Amino acid sequence: MISFENLPFNAEGYLTDPAAWNEEIAKAVAEKEGITLTEKHWDIIRFCRAKGLETGKAPTLRQISQGTGVSTKELFQLFPKGPAKKIAKIAGLGKPEGCV
Amino acid sequence: MADETERKIAFICSKGNLDMAYPALIMGWAALGNGVDVTVFFTFWGLDLITKKRMNHLQIAPVGNTSMKTGMMGFPIDIGIPQIVGVLPGMTAVATALMRKKIAEVHVPPVGEMIEMLADAGAHLYACKMSVDMMGLSEKDFIDGLEGIVTAGEFIDMTEGAQIVFI
Repeated sequence: MISFENLPFNAEGYLTDPAAWNEEIAKAVAEKEGITLTEKHWDIIRFCRAKGLETGKAPTLRQISQGTGVSTKELFQLFPKGPAKKIAKIAGLGKPEGCV
Repeated sequence: MADETERKIAFICSKGNLDMAYPALIMGWAALGNGVDVTVFFTFWGLDLITKKRMNHLQIAPVGNTSMKTGMMGFPIDIGIPQIVGVLPGMTAVATALMRKKIAEVHVPPVGEMIEMLADAGAHLYACKMSVDMMGLSEKDFIDGLEGIVTAGEFIDMTEGAQIVFI
C-alpha cells in the first residue's frame, strides 16, 4: 500500500520529483482518479514518462495523441475529464503547460 | 483544485474572422482538458467555423485593424500600417498568410482540425437555426461532429447554470 504522505506531491496532486515515481505510485494515483490501468493506459503512460523526462515538461494532449497515435476521442475515454492532466499525475510529471 | 465535474462553460461564436475564431477554440479546448463540460453555439459569421467549405479559409483583413503593426512582420520599428495600404488588392491575403504562419509557429492547428479535436473531446457543438436559414445553409454543409441545429431558446435551455462567453 502506498502512503501518499511520504511522497513529494504538491497541492494540486502532481509529484514534484519525477525520480520519486514508480509503477506502484502510478497505480495508486490512477485508482484515486477512478482509473483502472490496462495495457493501453500503460503504453500511453510510458510514452509520456519518456517524453516528460526527455523534455522536462509533461506533454500536452495533442503531443500525446500525435506521439502515441491514440485518438483524442480514445484518450478522453481512457482518462476521462482531462486526459493530459490525469496522465501527467499518474506518470509522476508536472502539470502540462501548453495551451494545445 | 476543486472538483470540476459540475462546471459548465458555453461559448457563443459570432465572428468568422481568423483571429476571432481561435479564442473559443483554445479556451474550449483548455476547459475540456480541465474536465469542464463545454458547449459551443455558432451563430451569424461564426457558422464559418463549422462550414466545411469555409472553415479552413478564414481570413483577417488589415483594414480597420490597428493592432496589425509592422513589428509583427519582423521590422524593428512597430508602427501602424496605413489604412490606404490595407485596401490594396491582395492585402487581406498577405495579412491572412502572416497570421496563419504566426499561429502555426506556436503549434496551434488550423481551425478545421481544432474543431474536430473539440468534437472528439466531447464538446457539444450547435449551429444557430436562424443563421443557418438566413445563410441558406443546411446540415450537409457542416462538419460531422455537429450535434444539431437549434434555436436560441433551445441553446438558452441547454446551458442552464453554465458560464457563458460571447465572442
